[in-house]
Amino acid sequence: MNFKHVNTIMVKELRGYFNSPLAYIFITVFLTLSSWLFFRGFFVDNVASMRPFFTFLPWIFLFLIPAMTMRLWAEEQKTGTLETLLTAPVDEWEAVLGKFLASFAFLIITLLLSLILPVILFFIGKPDWGMIVGGYFGAIFLGGAYLAIGLWISSLTQNQITAFILSVLIIFILFIIGEPVVLHTTPPFLLSVFKYVGLGAHFQSILRGVIDSRDLIYYLSFIGFFLYLNVTSLNSRKWH
Amino acid sequence: MSSIRVRNLRKNYGNTEALKGISFDVDKGEIVGFLGPNGAGKTTTMKILTCYMAADNGEAHVSGHDCFTDDIAVRRKIGYLSENNPLYSDMTVVEYLRYMAELHDTPADKINERITEVTVDCSLNTKFGSSISTLSKGYRQRVGLAAALIHDPEILILDEPTVGLDPNQIVEIRNLIKKLSKEKTVILCSHILAEVELTCSRIIIISDGRIVASGTPAELRGLVEGHVNLKLIIRGDKEAIKKALKKIHGVKKVDVYNVSEKGAFGYDLVTAKNRDLRERVTKVIFDNEFQLLEIHKETISLEEIFNEVTKGLKTTT
Repeated sequence: MNFKHVNTIMVKELRGYFNSPLAYIFITVFLTLSSWLFFRGFFVDNVASMRPFFTFLPWIFLFLIPAMTMRLWAEEQKTGTLETLLTAPVDEWEAVLGKFLASFAFLIITLLLSLILPVILFFIGKPDWGMIVGGYFGAIFLGGAYLAIGLWISSLTQNQITAFILSVLIIFILFIIGEPVVLHTTPPFLLSVFKYVGLGAHFQSILRGVIDSRDLIYYLSFIGFFLYLNVTSLNSRKWH
Repeated sequence: MSSIRVRNLRKNYGNTEALKGISFDVDKGEIVGFLGPNGAGKTTTMKILTCYMAADNGEAHVSGHDCFTDDIAVRRKIGYLSENNPLYSDMTVVEYLRYMAELHDTPADKINERITEVTVDCSLNTKFGSSISTLSKGYRQRVGLAAALIHDPEILILDEPTVGLDPNQIVEIRNLIKKLSKEKTVILCSHILAEVELTCSRIIIISDGRIVASGTPAELRGLVEGHVNLKLIIRGDKEAIKKALKKIHGVKKVDVYNVSEKGAFGYDLVTAKNRDLRERVTKVIFDNEFQLLEIHKETISLEEIFNEVTKGLKTTT
């Protein structure tokens, strides 16, 4: 693994985000939605809390993150630049990691911009810092998991819209299978699997302000697994 | 040692056999033309050589490295301009070249130097900061070539480098390829015969997943027998002339057709392989006191050779 290649690809993709209007639309939509959630709670329910923001975050991410990843491989396959990239002495893992880290960095930039909310909170109320720190940590890991899924799906198709819709669908399924509603009707032998795999439950437990190493391991292995699938799907081009 | 060595390469796409066992060698410093109709297997072969795809069977070595087990080493040796020349249109020329240089591990202090060199070679110096999306097709092609050259590769593989260019741009790109070929091993894929004939020292003709002929343009001409070699326009009695021409030793067939000159006819002589009958034919004409208006010896075009060998394949299989 040559980390220079990872870095080169990451910088290129990150620049690609900011060279296209999509990045600014993404950031605007995200900040508008999250501020609305925050201030609605503040003015309507008269609570100064980040809780509504973090509770809705998985649902905001559900649509925004596939929009961030849909282009990354689909576009390269459509225009044929994938061939340019993979006939250079670049290992598939380097390419996948470079793209993943670029989208991850973009996610973190977006989340950093939303830090204005806890700052406001600091002036107008008594924020629960444990939940805020935990919430941001959780958001980063949950977002990373979504990104890894979206990136993998993008490598399966040449069509960005297909990538977007499929990613939303798969993330949605993986998110809700850990929810009580679903677990209620799950056959017993699948119960523990669903409970563990579901993306939402781990986010909820981090949100409580308890950062458990089991949740971190869960997210890291989740991300690793989908990046591995991504590498596999890139390698499969050789056997078409 | 040969620069590229391919043995019995096979590749299937589903149920269709794209390559049915291809073997060839390319020596260091050679410019080899890979000629074949669309869908013959040229691009597939190139994709295997550049390690973008894997073959189902057979061996491919580039500079002694195996394309399947040692692919990163192979990719370092090759500069590749793939079909349709895909580029990142949201980057500028210099950004793109820098990106490619970094992916090819060009040392950081050498990158600027290399970018200057390739942009001068490809006459791109005026387009340095232009966004690739604003460039004309000709310039885009040069950007693709410059990117393929950025790491100063030993081997250059160009897949249809002049497709979609206007005639002036084609000449420019051809000259550029000729210039480059002085220092590098070049494989040029094309379905345009004139292109490989003008630039390549050796031609491999591929059709339907097989190599059907290979050699220098002159050798390939020798492969084909029984072509029209002499075109004549003679004034005089048609039947008498035909009879007299047929009698000449070495003439296999005479075709007669109408021409615009009054009282004259055109005659195509098909002669035996590699025979120059001009002297004998003119002598016969003068001895018989026919009026010779025109005589022209045709060299067989590669096009005809190509038709012949690909046709031959279809009748034998």
